Amino acid sequence: MKLESILAAKGPQVITTGAGTSISDAIALLAHHNIGAVIVVDPAGAPSGILSERDIIRHLAASDAPAGATVGDWMTSPVTVATPADDVDAVLQTMTARRFRHVPVVERGRLLGMVTIGDLVKAERDDFQGAIESLESQLLDA
Amino acid sequence: MSGGTPTPAALNVAIIGAGPAAFYAAEALFRDGPPTTHVDMFDRLPTPFGLVRHGVAPDHQKIKNVTKSFSQVAADPRFRFFGNVEFGRDLSLDDIRAHYHQVLFATGAQTDRRMNIPGEDLRGSHPATAFVAWYNGHPDFQDCQFDLSQERVAVVGVGNVAVDVARILCLSREEMEQTDMPRHVIEALSQSRVREVHLLGRRGPAQAAFTNPELKELGNLADADLVIRPEEAALDELSRAEVEASGDRMLQRKVDMIAEFAARPPEGKERQLFLRFFVSPVELIGGVSGTVTALKLVRTRLVASESGTLSAEPTGEFETIETGLVFRSVGYRGVPLPGVPFHERWGVILNESGRILDEASNEPLPGMYTSGWIKRGPSGVIGTNKPDSVETVAAMLEDAVSGRTFAPVESARDAYPATLESRGLRCVTFDDWCRIDAVEQAQGAREGRPRAKLTSVAEMLACLDAPAASSSQVASAAG
Ligand SMILES: Cc1cc2nc3c(=O)[nH]c(=O)nc-3n(C[C@H](O)[C@H](O)[C@H](O)COP(=O)(O)OP(=O)(O)OC[C@H]3O[C@@H](n4cnc5c(N)ncnc54)[C@H](O)[C@@H]3O)c2cc1C
Ligand SMILES: NC(=O)c1ccc[n+]([C@@H]2O[C@H](COP(=O)([O-])OP(=O)(O)OC[C@H]3O[C@@H](n4cnc5c(N)ncnc54)[C@H](OP(=O)(O)O)[C@@H]3O)[C@@H](O)[C@H]2O)c1
Repeated sequence: MKLESILAAKGPQVITTGAGTSISDAIALLAHHNIGAVIVVDPAGAPSGILSERDIIRHLAASDAPAGATVGDWMTSPVTVATPADDVDAVLQTMTARRFRHVPVVERGRLLGMVTIGDLVKAERDDFQGAIESLESQLLDA
Repeated sequence: MSGGTPTPAALNVAIIGAGPAAFYAAEALFRDGPPTTHVDMFDRLPTPFGLVRHGVAPDHQKIKNVTKSFSQVAADPRFRFFGNVEFGRDLSLDDIRAHYHQVLFATGAQTDRRMNIPGEDLRGSHPATAFVAWYNGHPDFQDCQFDLSQERVAVVGVGNVAVDVARILCLSREEMEQTDMPRHVIEALSQSRVREVHLLGRRGPAQAAFTNPELKELGNLADADLVIRPEEAALDELSRAEVEASGDRMLQRKVDMIAEFAARPPEGKERQLFLRFFVSPVELIGGVSGTVTALKLVRTRLVASESGTLSAEPTGEFETIETGLVFRSVGYRGVPLPGVPFHERWGVILNESGRILDEASNEPLPGMYTSGWIKRGPSGVIGTNKPDSVETVAAMLEDAVSGRTFAPVESARDAYPATLESRGLRCVTFDDWCRIDAVEQAQGAREGRPRAKLTSVAEMLACLDAPAASSSQVASAAG
């Protein structure tokens, strides 16, 4: 299974922001869309970093003042990206091993979407459930 | 948003397509929807079940047992089937809007994905989709011609569909006589001169898309030796690390099985099935007549992408397989439906978790939903469509409660089938299908196999309109 089968049912909208956005505006954006991370894009639209809840918590815990700080100051950069043809299994392994939860999906420099670890786990679970469902129907109806 | 108040008064749902996604959705609607839920299911073919009938391999009859549970859904008095009705030709979105509260599109993936290499359209190069539809008796594909006088065939891709195609090409006559393939297909395949089938994977054993039971079956064919090059079966460093880190026992079993098959000496069977890895097609070479004569491949090696995926990188080393028959089994692809927003890049209906989105605003379009391969793309087994359809139905019921539906002007129960019949359409009901089914099974029983498929719409309709006593003659005439 590839990432594109997850993106296909996620809708085309990706929430992005610029490095110059203030941290308080970025927090408002996360809250408004009920998301855990926002992709930071450069003026050409290519991902230059990611600002997640974790980044925000880390900076707050270090007593960094949000006032005056920008997304560029607090984001994680560079950000690991994936392509639509990447395997769900492999990306999930990488995310688990390297402990991140959001991956922007790009193709030839263009941002196409984002997948979360929740999306990947759900896809694996549905795949697994599907296989069980199929086996059961073969056994029960035989 | 329209002001329909569907619950609890009535919830009339149209489902377009009658494959697994459609039936799982109907099942969920009856289970979780208000008792007043009614489902009308339309398919462009007179026969239900989509790829279970026209995709699932004819030598895998047990898998088709799932149709029994679909038939139970169809037995619900709130269910109606309208076969032989095509959305976009016989039925429009306006028709649906006028008669239903909601529509769910479950039309599957009706075409093939392209490789985008030179020579792809030469004569003798076919999408696996066409070959599969032909051997499974799909009415639209019975005129296809495949040059089975070729001794060597290449099948591009190592997914389960590629494995099906390779296996069907290697079946013995006895094995074919136990399938439900149309008689003319059995005749054509048993006269085939194919001696070598080359199944081509562009990555390594650990990335092969086929599943273990399907691989095991390839190693146990009556008439064909499975041949794997030991050097291609061996895992490279990156793959070995990937398999280990995954802790995935099934994946470990797959690569072990491939290594075991590679070490096994061939038994000198009539045919040879070569399973190759690390080769990627770059060009189909044509002869003077515009027919393919060879397939040029580049050897590949694996490189890890940023996100950890191992993908194929060309090495610059080439090889050529002389062949006049190539099947491209690199995936299916959805086609757009009139009036329904489509996402070109993914080849699916534009949607978010099954809610169809407006192209301009990306907001959900009230009343419009999708599930199955046309929602998420062409991957997953039959059962995978169940959680997929359950997700969409949950959205449908949530929206129905809040009144975000179409506002039908007339009930579908009153308007259909009369409206369709007034257009000169011969709708096939589920009872009609049961009669077709009985005719096919009866003919199958006479031939000592599970079923003998009718392969033209005219034949199917003729057997419905014929007096019951003569339907067996229709079937034998068809056979
Ligand atoms: C070759 C092949 C072999 C497979 N083998 C297996 C297997 O062994 N085991 C397994 O578990 N899974 C198998 N699968 C996967 C399984 O078939 C799919 O997961 C499943 O069929 C997808 O369901 P669907 O309902 O989305 O689409 P489909 O099954 O394709 O159903 C779509 C339906 O919509 C109808 N339709 C299309 N357009 C219109 C229109 N405009 N108007 C009205 N109706 C329309 C079609 O006629 C069709 O009946 C196989 C797939 C393929 C391609
Ligand atoms: N028995 C069964 O249970 C059964 C039978 C049939 C089908 N199905 C299911 O139906 C779904 C569809 O099956 P499928 O076989 O069509 O798709 P699939 O599993 O996605 O396999 C596609 C294959 O084509 C290869 N490929 C793609 N593009 C290519 C290119 N340009 N050049 C060379 N190779 C290319 C892929 O390789 P990469 O991985 O390198 O991209 C992969 O090996 C699957 O989920 C399958 O499991 C199940």
